[in-house]
Amino acid sequence: MVPTFTGFRRDDGRVGVRNHVAVIPTSVAASSIASRVASEAGAWARATPHQMGTTQPDETRDQTERVLAGVGRNPNVGAALVVELGTEDIDAEGLADRIARSGKPVETLSIRECGGTLTALDQGAERASDLNEAVGNVRREEADASELVFGVECGGSDATSGIAANPAVGDACDRLVEDGGTACFSETPEFIGAEHILADRAANEEVRKRLLAFVERRENLAKMMGVDIRGAQPSPGNKEGGLTTIEEKSLGAIAKGGTSPVNGIVGYGEDLPVGGGLVLMDTPGYDVESVVGKVAGGAQVVAFTTGRGSTTGNPIAPVIKVTGNPKTWERMSNNMDVNASTIIGGESLPTVGERTYDKLLAIADGDPTEAERRRLEEFAINEIQPNEIGELGTEVRT
Amino acid sequence: MKGDVLDDDALVMTVEDVVATAIDDLDAGHELDLGDRTLVLSEAVAFGHKFALVDVPEGEEIVKYGEVIGRASEPIAAGDWVHVHNCESTRGRGDLEVGSDGGEPA
Repeated sequence: MVPTFTGFRRDDGRVGVRNHVAVIPTSVAASSIASRVASEAGAWARATPHQMGTTQPDETRDQTERVLAGVGRNPNVGAALVVELGTEDIDAEGLADRIARSGKPVETLSIRECGGTLTALDQGAERASDLNEAVGNVRREEADASELVFGVECGGSDATSGIAANPAVGDACDRLVEDGGTACFSETPEFIGAEHILADRAANEEVRKRLLAFVERRENLAKMMGVDIRGAQPSPGNKEGGLTTIEEKSLGAIAKGGTSPVNGIVGYGEDLPVGGGLVLMDTPGYDVESVVGKVAGGAQVVAFTTGRGSTTGNPIAPVIKVTGNPKTWERMSNNMDVNASTIIGGESLPTVGERTYDKLLAIADGDPTEAERRRLEEFAINEIQPNEIGELGTEVRT
Repeated sequence: MKGDVLDDDALVMTVEDVVATAIDDLDAGHELDLGDRTLVLSEAVAFGHKFALVDVPEGEEIVKYGEVIGRASEPIAAGDWVHVHNCESTRGRGDLEVGSDGGEPA
């Protein structure tokens, strides 16, 4: 029998595990107002402040807009308020239209048209409150685990990540995929050295080629800039934790996706299919941007494995922290949700994997994560670098 | 976790592996029973770090998870700590401008 959870059914058929009113700025210029509007409104409102959206070349601006539209369409968002200064290339109306395709109520606010920040704050409060009235009373309904899109991330990795935390989360991914859901992991730089294993698991030749092309593009980026990826991967913290090479880190990192076939790979912030099995996303290794890419793709819940410890969360999706390091579990218990370090002590992988899957379902059902309890809500959008566009373009070529 | 636990002190992920991962802070001189022989650590190995189970000549591949994780940049003896000082990556080396595939997938 497929497990169930209760969630918020949206007009586009997707199911949210939270019912936020998202306050989304089109640019850095509107980010402060968006944050103020959300924090003064209350816990039901969540801002997504970021540094992008002004003076970006077309390709990078397209990515910013795609991510913001995806975040607004994420089923955890019941309604959205799009805030602009009014001088940006990304206009609030256009972004609101893209979000409204999901059928949810969307309002806009232009700081310039309002006549400045004071009026904007008042009108923002009013519009956010109206949106909350429209969707705040929506009730949770029973939904099937197959309707979950589960994003998987690792950060602050050490040797226990590949041994315990990632295999535990991977086991939970296998269970979800078995139940008909979608699991997604990303961070292309951390496929390097393990891409042959992922390629062997590709569901078809097209996925295999696309996956290898995404990895080659990341390696070409390093060559183009004349940098040694080893300077950043493994990071100094990873090395202190015992990870020696990027290959070792990658082999441990891919364990968090489980063992099922790779059914597809999508670009940064592109839509993830519901019921899609294991689907990869091309993202940078920077955790916050990587998590946001998957949330923009529709992930309702994220599992974040960490050996050395991480506190990061996300405004839209609950982030479950899983550690395989017994010291981190003890020292940072108020940031951790699942203790996978018991694997090192001898507890079986399926037992810990089942516990992780149960936690995922409980969080989907409404239990708060430690990051949610503490309102840890990092948000950042990846920016394609200008020299990257010049040398390699923005399309991956297979 | 797949793999074997050595004396509650270390993990070997697959039978092909030439390194084990310490799951405790191990001191120099620490002895591990490998069944057919006893391995003595030549130096301290911290929690999460690796040590060689066999001698690895310079330039030879280092295997963990049954996969190549790099090569020995100097001769490594059984019982030595294996880390960035004696094991180097073969991938992601933009600084070396290697072939278009960036190295050899195992």
